[in-house]
Amino acid sequence: MAEEVKLIRTWSSPFALRIVWALKLKGIEFETVLEDLASKSPLLLQSNPVHKKVPVLVHNGKPVSESLVILEYIEETWKEKPLLPEDPYEKASSRFWAKFSDEKLLPSVWTVFISQGNKQEEALVPALENLQFIEEQLEGKKFFGGEKIGLLDLAIGWMADMVSVLEEVTGLKLIQEDKFPLLSAWIEIFADVPEIKESGAPREKLISKFQAIRDAYAATK
Amino acid sequence: MEEVKLIGSWPSPYGYRIIWALNLKGVKYEYVDEDLSNKSQMLLQYNPIHKKIPVLVHGQKPIAESTVILEYIEETWPHNSLLPKDPYERALARFWIKFIEEKSPTFMAFYVAVGEEQEKAIKEAREQLKILEEQGLGDKKFFCGNEIGLTDIACGWMATIDVIEEIVGVQVLDSDSFPCLHAWINNFKQVPGIKEDFPDRDQILAYYKHKRDMFIASTSS
Repeated sequence: MAEEVKLIRTWSSPFALRIVWALKLKGIEFETVLEDLASKSPLLLQSNPVHKKVPVLVHNGKPVSESLVILEYIEETWKEKPLLPEDPYEKASSRFWAKFSDEKLLPSVWTVFISQGNKQEEALVPALENLQFIEEQLEGKKFFGGEKIGLLDLAIGWMADMVSVLEEVTGLKLIQEDKFPLLSAWIEIFADVPEIKESGAPREKLISKFQAIRDAYAATK
Repeated sequence: MEEVKLIGSWPSPYGYRIIWALNLKGVKYEYVDEDLSNKSQMLLQYNPIHKKIPVLVHGQKPIAESTVILEYIEETWPHNSLLPKDPYERALARFWIKFIEEKSPTFMAFYVAVGEEQEKAIKEAREQLKILEEQGLGDKKFFCGNEIGLTDIACGWMATIDVIEEIVGVQVLDSDSFPCLHAWINNFKQVPGIKEDFPDRDQILAYYKHKRDMFIASTSS
């Protein structure tokens, strides 16, 4: 039976981008269905009735939602070019840090970028602490996955272009090379991987989008 | 045979998840109860990032975050499988685990809130439970079919929701609106491995009542 793989996503969602990367790294052919979240399609509402969010992977008609769940599904369904280590302890470590990225790191970085003045100063403290934890995870490694790109790289991959976009929008350099040498090096290597490089959203479009979001937050003060 | 240690703190539902998983796998372990108001050096060393329980220590190697620990247990002791074999079924199991994780603030709010905030929490809790009842569980005995699994374990705290309801004086999980979840709770409590290590009702009633009183006293002006 021919495989039918569809990815429902938006042009800018970093969570959806993880799935694009995973599918490309595994060499899986897929069709993209671009979604306008202001006007959700019947396909999205039917495929993810609980959350009505992207990304959703639809494999031979069966929908899978939640980006980290989708990554595990992809890993288990297409076993070539594994993204997770074999060893259960190393796997647990990848999952722990992927969870950290979504639950702590990303929210703390986001808060820095939508805040102004004193509030931003305060928000920097946990963000820098979280970045330091991640920096330490790169000790002795090229990628978070070791010699090769792995699931954790994909989970943290939002840092690779989003952070520089946010830095440009706010004029605040969060990931300074002298403070975060390993993370800075990783961002460059990761962004240079062909499957990653060819998949990013247009930078100017991202800058406009995040500028608008930041302005909206500033206006509600 | 490598040593297994579980650091928990009675009556944490997150700790119970691990106790139940280890029981279902027949894994012998040493249990260490932590006083969270006075965290031990051991805890801080094993979970420096979050400083929380549960932590599983297997052959000196620590794993933190209950859902990460559950996956580790499943992979390390694959007999008495707690996840389905099929990748799609596994994705569904993980989707519902994430769902219940994300909704825990709502249930927390139900437990500690008063007045208007409580009204709001009750409404939200019932909505989330409805989704779980109809889309998560449905007619099945357990979340993934006839056998108990990780999703049931993750949802296990719901089996003591009647205690919270008694303390708060409001019922959210009534048997008329939630017949499937009610049946599930009864089935869950009977499973060997869960049954023997189920929190004592009187003890947790006293504990949670005291905690709620303290919380309300400290937050009222």
